[in-house]
Amino acid sequence: MIEGLRELLAEYDVLGAFWMTIKLTVVAAIGALLIGTVVAIMRVSPINVLRAAGTAYVTLVRNTPLTLIVFFCAFGLYITLGYRLGPEDSPIDVQNFRWGVLGLAIYHAAFVAEALRSGVNTVPQGQAEAARAIGLGFGASLTNVVLPQAFRGAIAPLGNVLIALIKNTTVVATIGVAEASYLMKGMIEFRADLIYVIFAIMATGFVVLTLPIGVLFTNLSRRLAVRR
Amino acid sequence: MSAVTSILFDAPGPKARLRHWVLTVVGALAIAALLLVLIRELAAKDQLSAAKWEPFLDPVTWTSYLLPGLKGTLIAAFYAVILGLVFGIALGMGRLSNVRPIRGACGVFVEFFRAVPVLMMMLFAYYLFLFGFQISGDNLSLYGVVAGLTFYNASVIAELIRSGVGSLPQGQREAGLAIGLTPFSTLWHILLPQAITLMLPSIISQLVVILKDSALGFLILYEELIRSGQTLASSKGNLIPTFLVIAVIFIVVNYTLTLVARRLERRLQRSRRGTKPPPEDPMLNPAMMPAAAEATAPSQ
Repeated sequence: MIEGLRELLAEYDVLGAFWMTIKLTVVAAIGALLIGTVVAIMRVSPINVLRAAGTAYVTLVRNTPLTLIVFFCAFGLYITLGYRLGPEDSPIDVQNFRWGVLGLAIYHAAFVAEALRSGVNTVPQGQAEAARAIGLGFGASLTNVVLPQAFRGAIAPLGNVLIALIKNTTVVATIGVAEASYLMKGMIEFRADLIYVIFAIMATGFVVLTLPIGVLFTNLSRRLAVRR
Repeated sequence: MSAVTSILFDAPGPKARLRHWVLTVVGALAIAALLLVLIRELAAKDQLSAAKWEPFLDPVTWTSYLLPGLKGTLIAAFYAVILGLVFGIALGMGRLSNVRPIRGACGVFVEFFRAVPVLMMMLFAYYLFLFGFQISGDNLSLYGVVAGLTFYNASVIAELIRSGVGSLPQGQREAGLAIGLTPFSTLWHILLPQAITLMLPSIISQLVVILKDSALGFLILYEELIRSGQTLASSKGNLIPTFLVIAVIFIVVNYTLTLVARRLERRLQRSRRGTKPPPEDPMLNPAMMPAAAEATAPSQ
């Protein structure tokens, strides 16, 4: 068992694969947060058209499998239609990485938007009413009064989205990005005798990645919770 | 739109009305422009030509590619739901058990399988069946998909059961124990039926997650909707239209389920009287999430 573990770690770049998982997570998380915030603001805005567009985005994206979105980005937009992200001459695996990140960001943005909206819903009406009463408009009351509290209220659901994102980075294995589950597939195919050890390594990796984040976000949401 | 979000802005005066009107026009124009660019790009890349879309008028496309694919997706989801419910209820009861070792073991199990990505579970199950148990044949991929989905969703359902029981009034349990039921039969006959009813909307939304996750079976060669769509696309050379059609199928099926869950939730809320409000911490109680009927945490 121990010997098998040592053999596997020497033969395969497990840390490199998890580093890829982390890179995917970080870049996609930033993208999802940006898109998601815009969508969330659209969904609470007074403009009907924007509200409808935001709702449509969330409904459409949330009901589509991530696998399909990632495929559409990599096989559809990149391979079939020939769009490129970033420098033209970057190699195929870099392109796949970028399209994978885009797919992850688009998908999780819908959930970020929902998390933020649920955060907005935790802000009592009195707060928005008070903001209006002292003469703040939609923009000012949103940015100065409601959103700061909404972000705090949204920490717990945002943490859930981040954990789901970490796990969902495995989906880009389907377009050949060399992250943890891609490596796992390769490892099992060559070393089927060590299948339990391989699964244990990979599962441990994800427990190590997700568990501290869950604890961190639970603590954060407790500490930053607005006392009412 | 809830009352809270509409309270963000006043009933608009003449100036604000004008501004809203201008913004509405600008917004509509921007969205229209975006759609137009999209359509023009697709047209420029020859994705809107009749030849690319004609296959969908041919019944054979549906009978030999898309419908069998959809059937595969639904079958995997069906088995996963049944098994997930059975194991999930068992695990949830285990987590509520008075016996500490059972509680601990079930807790570790649930936390572990919630942390491991579904795709990894599928890969592991698939290769374990293949190499470990020497299973082969047509159903191998199905077993892999169902096993992967079951473990994850059983853990999620166990948590739903636990939070459902947690949100029942304390008196229910006490009354059960007072009339001489054992802790187990209190749980089984009194708490569990109520908890499941309470959590039914969330359980139905979990079905959406399962349906979407079954698409991961692609990687272990399961004949689900995306794989059959890809086969179709490679024979007809219309990848983009096929993916769009598949997306529409998924959205229609999943959105219908979401609507059912939402309606059920509203009905339950109307009929739910006399229970104390569920705990306010949304981490503990998914029913407190503003849209409990919708999957608030993304899965694949």
